[in-house]
Amino acid sequence: MLKAFEDAVKEFGVENICKVARTGCIGTCSVGPAVLVDPGDYLYQCVTLENAREIVQKHIVLGEPVKRILYNNEGYFQKQQRLVLRNAGKIDPTRIQDYISVGGYFALAKCLATMTPQGVVDEITNSGLRGRGGAGFPVGQKWSLVARAHNTPKYIVANLDEGDPGVFANRTLAEADPHAIIEGMLIAGYAIGAQKGYIYIRSEYPLAIQTLQKAIAQAKDMNLLGDNILETQHKFDLELRFGAGAFVAGEETAILVSVEGRRAQPRPRPPYPANQGLWTKPTLIQNVESLANAPLIVLNGWAWFKSFGLPNCTGTKCFSLTGEINNPGLIEVPMGITLREIVYDIGGGISNGKKFKSVLVGGPSGGCLPEPLLEAPIDYDSLKKVGAIMGSGGIVVLNENSCMVDTARYFTDFCIEESCGKCTPCRAGLARVKEIFDRITTGEGELNDIDILEKASEYISNASLCGLGQTAPNPILTTLRYFREEYLEHIVDKKCRAGVCFKNEKAEE
Amino acid sequence: MTLNPMITLKIDGVQISVPEGTTILKAAKDNGILIPTLCDLEGLTPYGGCRLCLVEVTGSPKLFPACITPASPGMEVTTNSDRLKDYRRTAVQMLMAERVHICAVCVANDHCELQALANQLGVDHVALERNFTREQIDSSHDFLVIDRNRCILCTRCIRICDQIEGVHTLDLKLRSKNTEVIMDLDESWGNSCSCTSCRKCAKVCPVGAIYIEGEPITQTKNRDVAEFITARRNRK
Ligand SMILES: Cc1cc2nc3c(=O)[nH]c(=O)nc-3n(C[C@H](O)[C@H](O)[C@H](O)COP(=O)(O)O)c2cc1C
Ligand code: SF4
Ligand code: SF4
Ligand code: FES
Repeated sequence: MLKAFEDAVKEFGVENICKVARTGCIGTCSVGPAVLVDPGDYLYQCVTLENAREIVQKHIVLGEPVKRILYNNEGYFQKQQRLVLRNAGKIDPTRIQDYISVGGYFALAKCLATMTPQGVVDEITNSGLRGRGGAGFPVGQKWSLVARAHNTPKYIVANLDEGDPGVFANRTLAEADPHAIIEGMLIAGYAIGAQKGYIYIRSEYPLAIQTLQKAIAQAKDMNLLGDNILETQHKFDLELRFGAGAFVAGEETAILVSVEGRRAQPRPRPPYPANQGLWTKPTLIQNVESLANAPLIVLNGWAWFKSFGLPNCTGTKCFSLTGEINNPGLIEVPMGITLREIVYDIGGGISNGKKFKSVLVGGPSGGCLPEPLLEAPIDYDSLKKVGAIMGSGGIVVLNENSCMVDTARYFTDFCIEESCGKCTPCRAGLARVKEIFDRITTGEGELNDIDILEKASEYISNASLCGLGQTAPNPILTTLRYFREEYLEHIVDKKCRAGVCFKNEKAEE
Repeated sequence: MTLNPMITLKIDGVQISVPEGTTILKAAKDNGILIPTLCDLEGLTPYGGCRLCLVEVTGSPKLFPACITPASPGMEVTTNSDRLKDYRRTAVQMLMAERVHICAVCVANDHCELQALANQLGVDHVALERNFTREQIDSSHDFLVIDRNRCILCTRCIRICDQIEGVHTLDLKLRSKNTEVIMDLDESWGNSCSCTSCRKCAKVCPVGAIYIEGEPITQTKNRDVAEFITARRNRK
C-alpha cells in the first residue's frame, strides 16, 4: 500500500509537495486500511491498491478529495476527545523528528529548564490524573510517594503488559506514538529522581517492540536519553523487558519479580512498590497511558487538563471497543461519557440489526451491564458502584445471541487459566466455580447452585491476594445480579434463550 | 541485635505489645491467640498464599494475611469472626476438593496439617465436587517421593530448599490449577543434579505430598526444623 502511494506520487511528480508516511493505527478497525491526507484531516476508508492512484491524482494534484471513499462516519470521531492518541495515525512513529515537530519533548525541556521536580509532581497532582492501568490510583500521589522515599536508586516501570483479551489500546499507543511514552517516563524520572526505567511489554507485540526499540535508539542519538540530557545534569536510561504472555504479570508486584527475572507471581502489599519495588528499591509502576498524559499536562498546565472529563475524574480514557457493534475500534473519550453514547453514537449501534443485550466493561474480570445501565457515566467510582471496573479499558458489546450464563462461564474460564496458582481462593476456588457452570450449562444445575455461586464468588473476591482473584468473580456477580432469570431458566426449564448452551454439548457428543 | 521499639495493638480485644515489625500472626501467637495457617512456617519467609490466616482490621474493608502483615500501632485486629471462620472452612474445602485428599489411604494420615485444620474448623464433609487429579507421582529418587495429587502448593518445600538448604532444587512450573512442584528444570527427582537429599522438604511438607519411602511418618515430619536452624544461624 505504502509503495502504491509512493509510486503514484512519483508518477504524478509531486514528490516535492507530498510526503508519504506510514503511521500508527488511527483506531477505525472496521474500515481499514485507512489513509489520511493532511492538511484537512481527510480520511479515506477501505483503501485498495487501485485507489492509491486516484487519491494522489484527484486529491493531491487537483485538490479535489475523492468523496466516494472518504470516511463518512462523523459520529465516530465527534464524541471522542483525543489527547493521548493525538498523534496516532498522524505522525510517522519511526521518526523522532515527526514527534518533535508536533511539540514532542517540549514538555521535557520545560521541566528541565524551568521546573523543580517538586513542581512537576505538584502539576500532576493538581491535574487530578488517575492511573489508567485499572485501579485508578491518583498518579500525582504515587509520584510524591516515590519522590519522598529515602532509599536510592529509584526505578520506573512502564506497564505495557496488556494481557486482557480483546484489548489493544496500549499497543496502539506504542505503535503509533512511542515517544509520548518515553517522554512521559523522562518527566516522571525527573520528578521522582529515578535514573533508570523499564518498559515491560509482552512479547506478543512484535511491532510495538520494534517501534519502541527504534524510538529509544533515536532518543539516545539525540541526547534525550542517557547522561546530561539536553545539556543538563539529568540522567535517564531506558530498557525494554519482555513478558511471557501471562495476564497476571501485569499486576504490579508480579511485574516487579518478572522484571527481576523470576516467576511472575504477585505478593501481598504492603510493602508497596513505591517503597520496596525492584530489588527492594522505591519503584514507580505506571501504565503507559498514564505516562503519556504527563507531557500534555506539563506543557498545557493542570488547569487545562481539568477541563476534560469530570471534576473528580479528569481527562480522557482509551477504550478498546469490540463485540457486536457497527464500528469497533480504539476510541478515546472524556471521563463521564455514558455507555449509551459509546455504544450507539460512537459504536454506531448493534451490528446486523440485532438487539442489544449487555455490555461488558473492564475486560475479562469486568461487569456485564444490562440495557438500563447504559445511562451510567464512565468513571472509576460509578463503574464500581454498578459492579464493573475500568480495568484496562475493554468494552465488549453483546447482542441477543449471547447467553449470559455462558458469557460468565467463558470469562471465568479465562481467569482460571490465568490465575498464577499462588492462592487458594483464586486457584482452587475458581476451578470449583467452573464445575458449577458446567453443570448449569449442561442441564444438571440445581437451584442451590446459585447460592453456592454467590457464596464462592464473595469468598474469592474478598480473600484473594491480588486483583486478578479479587475481580475474577465480577462477571458472575453481575450476571447473577442483572440476568438472574437466565440462570433460573437454565436450571429449572433446562432452556437457554439464546440457544447457546445445551446445543454445544450435543454437538460435541 | 538492635531491638525495635515496642508498639501496642489490640487482637481480639486484648491489648498486646510487640516490637515494631512483628507480624500479626506472631504477635497473636506469642500471646496465646492461635490463627490457623498452612503455608506459613516459622524460619522461612512468609508467602501469603493459602489465605487461611486472613484477619479483619477495624477500619479497613480488606482482609489481611496475618502471616505477612506487620502489626502497626493502634491496630484493632479480629481473628475469629463468623465470617472468617466461614471463609476458613471454605478454603479448607476448596483445597480438599482441588486434588486427591483421601485421608484413609494417605501416608500422612493423622500427621497432616490440612486434616488437622479440617477437624479443628469442623469441616466434616466437602460440599464441593471433588476432583480426582492425575498428577505425576515421582519416586525416582532413592528415598524421597512426591505425590503431586496431594500437594496444596504451599511452597514450603521450595522455600526451605532455597533458603535453608541453599540449593533451590525445587520450584514451580505452569500456572492456574496446573501449577506443579518440579525439580531442577523439570527433571525427574532421581536425575536431579542439585538435590542434596537433605530431606528437609519432606520434614516440612504439611500434607503427605512429599514423604520418605519406608520411613514412619512420625519420624519424617519435623516441622520445627526451619525455625530451629534459622534461630541457630542468627545466634552468632
Ligand atoms: C491481574 C492484573 C493484571 C493487570 N494488568 C495490567 C496491564 O496489563 N497493564 C497495566 O497497565 N496495568 C495492569 N494492572 C494494574 C497494575 O497492577 C497497576 O495497578 C498499574 O500498572 C498501575 O499503573 P497506573 O496507576 O498508571 O494505572 C493489572 C492488575 C491486575 C490485578
Ligand atoms: S488472586 Fe490469583 S493471580 Fe492473584 S495471587 Fe492469588 S492465585 Fe495468583
Ligand atoms: S509438596 Fe508439600 S511442601 Fe511442597 S508445595 Fe506441595 S504441599 Fe507444600
Ligand atoms: S498462612 Fe498466611 S497465607 Fe498461608
